[in-house]
Amino acid sequence: MSPGPRFDEMNAGMPGAPDAVREPYRTYARWLADQPADVMQQRREEAELIFRRVGITFAVYGTKDEGGSGTERLIPFDLIPRIIPAAEWREMRRGLVQRVTALNRFIRDVYHDQAILKAGIVPAGQIERNAQFRPEMAGVDIPGDVYSHVAGIDIVRAANADGGGTYYVLEDNLRVPSGVSYMLENRKMSMRLFPELFSQHRVEPVAHYPDLLLETLRSLAPASANDPTVVVLTPGMYNSAYFEHAFLAQQMGVELVEGKDLFVRDGFIFMRTTQGPRRVDVIYRRVDDDFLDPRAFRADSTLGCAGLLDVYRAGNVTLSNAIGTGVADDKSIYPYVPKMIEFYLGEKPILQNVPTYLCRDPKDLQYVLDHLAELVVKEVHGAGGYGMLVGPAATRQEVEDFRAALKAHPTNYIAQPTLALSTCPTFVESGIAPRHIDLRPFVLSGKSVQMVPGGLTRVALKEGSLVVNSSQGGGTKDTWVLEV
Amino acid sequence: MLSRTADHLFWMARYMERAENTARMLGVSYEMSLLPQSHDAAEQGWRGLLSISELTSSFAQRFGEVTARNVMDFMIRDESNPSSILSCVRAARENARAVRGALTTEVWETQNQTWLEFNKLLRAESTLRDPGPVLERVKTRSHLSRGVTVGTMLQDEALHFLRIGTFLERADNTARLLDVKFQAAVGGDFFGAQAKEGQEIDFYHWSAILRSVSAFEIYRKVYRNVIVPEKVAELLILRPDMPRSLAACMNDVVANLNLVANAQSAETLRRAGRLRSDLQFGHIDEILATGLHAYLTQFLDRVGDLGVGISRDFLVPMAA
Repeated sequence: MSPGPRFDEMNAGMPGAPDAVREPYRTYARWLADQPADVMQQRREEAELIFRRVGITFAVYGTKDEGGSGTERLIPFDLIPRIIPAAEWREMRRGLVQRVTALNRFIRDVYHDQAILKAGIVPAGQIERNAQFRPEMAGVDIPGDVYSHVAGIDIVRAANADGGGTYYVLEDNLRVPSGVSYMLENRKMSMRLFPELFSQHRVEPVAHYPDLLLETLRSLAPASANDPTVVVLTPGMYNSAYFEHAFLAQQMGVELVEGKDLFVRDGFIFMRTTQGPRRVDVIYRRVDDDFLDPRAFRADSTLGCAGLLDVYRAGNVTLSNAIGTGVADDKSIYPYVPKMIEFYLGEKPILQNVPTYLCRDPKDLQYVLDHLAELVVKEVHGAGGYGMLVGPAATRQEVEDFRAALKAHPTNYIAQPTLALSTCPTFVESGIAPRHIDLRPFVLSGKSVQMVPGGLTRVALKEGSLVVNSSQGGGTKDTWVLEV
Repeated sequence: MLSRTADHLFWMARYMERAENTARMLGVSYEMSLLPQSHDAAEQGWRGLLSISELTSSFAQRFGEVTARNVMDFMIRDESNPSSILSCVRAARENARAVRGALTTEVWETQNQTWLEFNKLLRAESTLRDPGPVLERVKTRSHLSRGVTVGTMLQDEALHFLRIGTFLERADNTARLLDVKFQAAVGGDFFGAQAKEGQEIDFYHWSAILRSVSAFEIYRKVYRNVIVPEKVAELLILRPDMPRSLAACMNDVVANLNLVANAQSAETLRRAGRLRSDLQFGHIDEILATGLHAYLTQFLDRVGDLGVGISRDFLVPMAA
């Protein structure tokens, strides 16, 4: 779509040239070239059948099938893996540990001394006027001072001037990031479909993620809990990520609870069991802050547990992630993350941010309005690929509509240059073609910061599209961290 | 285990069992409708089937005329009918999905696969043209579902609640089937053949009933004699070794209830035990003396009452 340099993860040059295929993909590309088209087609169908049978689906909001229940869709799984050389991963890993550590320090600071605001590094208004700032959390101490225990950091790679690719952090997801079950199921699927590939490649395993997650959650339990009871809190089976909630609970061997299963008594949280009430110590909640406690937040919520906030503030239950982490993953805070890293850790950022224009700044706003057709403009509080403008792909009318919205509420928007996102060969209708991808590693912070190698690779299946969200027609790929 | 989880497991098993028994009931009615009989008798058979499932009025709203094809349509695949096989299979799968983490992978995949298959198969036009194979298929999937449950689940509370659901539903369904088929055969309440001299004993009718609960060969093996209605009733009510009899079902309900007993459940356990011992020490002559229909009506009330008790004690306990 955008002219200028491109970066494909697998193909470096013209087909046939000796260095046409990048080093990490060489064995794979040779193998792929040997596979008859009909065999690959069979494998694709087999994968779809298995996903359907296993019920790895997500619910699509606002649509109903003929029986009146919500539609369940498969997220398309692409057979061609995305490969990350181990050396690149090690560097990325260091950058992720650094970034998430700084973000957690920032959240603690925001709810305590606000040193970073006093130092004038992040404007105080950005916090106070932020809807995700939870005054209820001010001065509350939580175990280990860690807030975002499970963070999903979205990373993209873009072509740079010298023909290589540079990784950028596109956004931080510090509230209830999802997708990790697809990372795990995709690996299971490729091992099932192509066992021979795994004997030819030394692919770093990822299947121990639920173990790390359980270890992280247990390490955060209130001091009063000896053998902590951990649960996963889900909004229920019609939530789009329900499969993942059920999957993680099962893999960790803990109960999957809904709000109505919980109640407060004598300052603690209990769940209703067939043998009477049982105390709950750690809640891995996959419910947004707003819905957690109808007494404290949205009164109409039936997804939470009345009185939960008080128990939490008293330190008698751990919520993971903590309440109020959204203050740090807002798109208006994102531009300050590199400075946070320097402020809290005294280090240079290892992972780069995408250059970002803050539309609340008149100078930046003017630049954005002058260059709308070249930029990606995002709503500060948007998620899931809704409420954004991809300038080069938009019609003139869409650009003008957005211009009006932008002028009306400039503080609601940020803008970034359209990056030439890297592509990876992907099966599409017409055969194999390059499609844009991103990467979401899942970073776990408890007593220490841990993660499994790689993450979830999402792929925009529509030609030229940069939107990888599953709700917008994105697919996924297995992600290999490979020693080469 | 979470009460809500137990609730979903209980209902998952009940719905699957209900789908199977509906298939059995439809199968036997279909078979009987192929016997030489008057138009009225055939229609009477289908009416009985609807009334025993307490669906007469909702059927009338949807279809009007009681024909084999309409009743099949309504009972096999009408989504507005919560007791249709399609609705039951969907409900079983929805309950399973709500607690898929509490099931083994095999159990969940079997349930999901059953739904995916029937969602296509039951809607096909051929289903009404020739329902036999489809009804057989429902039984097969139900057997598979039960087998994979017993064969792969840890023998803990989750399995016990599944089993309670299966046997409570089966007790209910067998009693209903007996009630409707005996009423159809004798045209009223049944007090034993001796009470009504000269009543013709229709071999085909009774053998069809026995086959509908997989009991034809068992009858021969147990009684080694011709088929008489009293013995059919005895076999399906009182024989503890006949797997679909009321006695066998209640034995399994009680055994599994005892394994999950909690602080509130004493009264429910007492009632279950009482119902079981009534069957254990009951006699068919006594039962028939009061009339089979009266007996089965009372039995269904007691089973319904047990379901309420189980729900209150374990599945949907009041707020703490």
